[in-house]
Amino acid sequence: MTPASFSPTGIRFENIDKRYSGLYALRRVSLEIPAGECVAFAGRNGSGKTTLLRIAAGLARPSSGAVNFLDESGEKHATPPAAGFVAHATMVYDELTAEENLLLFARLQGIDQPAARAEALLGEVGLLERRNSLVRTFSRGMRQRVAIARALLREPPVVLLDEPTTGLDPQGARWFAQTVRQLRDSGRTVLMSLHGESEVSTLATRAIRLDAGAIVADTRTGANFRSILAFANA
Amino acid sequence: MALLPNTAVLLGKELRTEFRSRELLTTTVVFILIVIVLFSFTFEPTSDESRRFGPGLLWLAFLFAASLMLQPCFLREQTNDTLSALRLSVRDPFAIFFAKLAANTLFLLLTELFLLPFFAMMYNVPVAGVLHWLVLVFVLGSLGISIAGTALSAISAQARMRELLLPLLMLPLLTPILVASTEVTKGLLDRAPYVQWKGIGFLAIFDMVFLTALWLFGEYLLEE
Repeated sequence: MTPASFSPTGIRFENIDKRYSGLYALRRVSLEIPAGECVAFAGRNGSGKTTLLRIAAGLARPSSGAVNFLDESGEKHATPPAAGFVAHATMVYDELTAEENLLLFARLQGIDQPAARAEALLGEVGLLERRNSLVRTFSRGMRQRVAIARALLREPPVVLLDEPTTGLDPQGARWFAQTVRQLRDSGRTVLMSLHGESEVSTLATRAIRLDAGAIVADTRTGANFRSILAFANA
Repeated sequence: MALLPNTAVLLGKELRTEFRSRELLTTTVVFILIVIVLFSFTFEPTSDESRRFGPGLLWLAFLFAASLMLQPCFLREQTNDTLSALRLSVRDPFAIFFAKLAANTLFLLLTELFLLPFFAMMYNVPVAGVLHWLVLVFVLGSLGISIAGTALSAISAQARMRELLLPLLMLPLLTPILVASTEVTKGLLDRAPYVQWKGIGFLAIFDMVFLTALWLFGEYLLEE
């Protein structure tokens, strides 16, 4: 990964409720994640993991409560930084090449020298030789590499990963785990939702279990840590 | 002011993806052509009959074709959840709408201009003398269809029965555009052509009102 040029950022969820047509997707979620922590969210389908990450990304609005980004001293950021978001869906255009996709999003984000940034990121994710290939010709693993590159365009201090390894073959999952390790080691705050234990889940420094939209377990160490991550497989 | 730079980038993307796949343009051209040919079987396309029925069927064909064309406008952003990526990237959310409606207007206009000579030949209606006025009506009418249609496409893409919903919402809402465009076109195709300023004014006002509404409330249509 590119040397860090961001200020370490934490994130605080304050009493978040999210309702869809009267049904609670999240229920009074309060959580503080210090800068640099790597958090794995586990839980069954529909437990609220995706909703929480989408609220953190700014894609969904909480029905009540607030999300705040924090600086290193735990104070609220005056101008919240944009978070990088990677989901199971690649969030890139199949009809554009890998490079065109990155240039598109870099230009929309107002990044200086978008071509240089796109080239650097394509190099980092190992797609420089396929830069001019249409994304629709890529394997699932390669598409996720483009997705990671897109999410890192503006060097976000917070990276949100929503079940990013779903559908990846073992080689792809291994590459992804290495990438998450680099993100974590670069000082970024990483929030990821996972389905059970995997190579990626071992990188987490904190495990949180959600059930029916509420936090039911939250730990950094101990035997409980693995049981939380394994929970989704139960 | 990020609106114009963001719009330019997104419009480039819309044009690039369409000219690469040619899905929308091909479908729309073929659809309108079929409608024009089929309608020509339903009455004797002599000059007088064509002047009576031609403008109406032409705009009906444009409207139906637009409902086909606008359907995938936001639906294809759902395939890979690219709409979320756009929402996270744009500095002015209206740029997403602005680029899409500009692209849709352009595609619709290209289709209309491409098919106008076929219409003129098949229905025995001379259009050369009033071409510039027809282009003006096409621009205003297509813009109105695209503005309202793009907004409704964003709404229907999030709904169940989305394929049926867009035409159900769009066709009644665009009836004023259909009536005004047909009337102005009828005037232009008359034996003694005249410009119906009232209709042109109505189309311009319709476009401005809907564009303003989209600018004010469009962001809410993109929310989850």
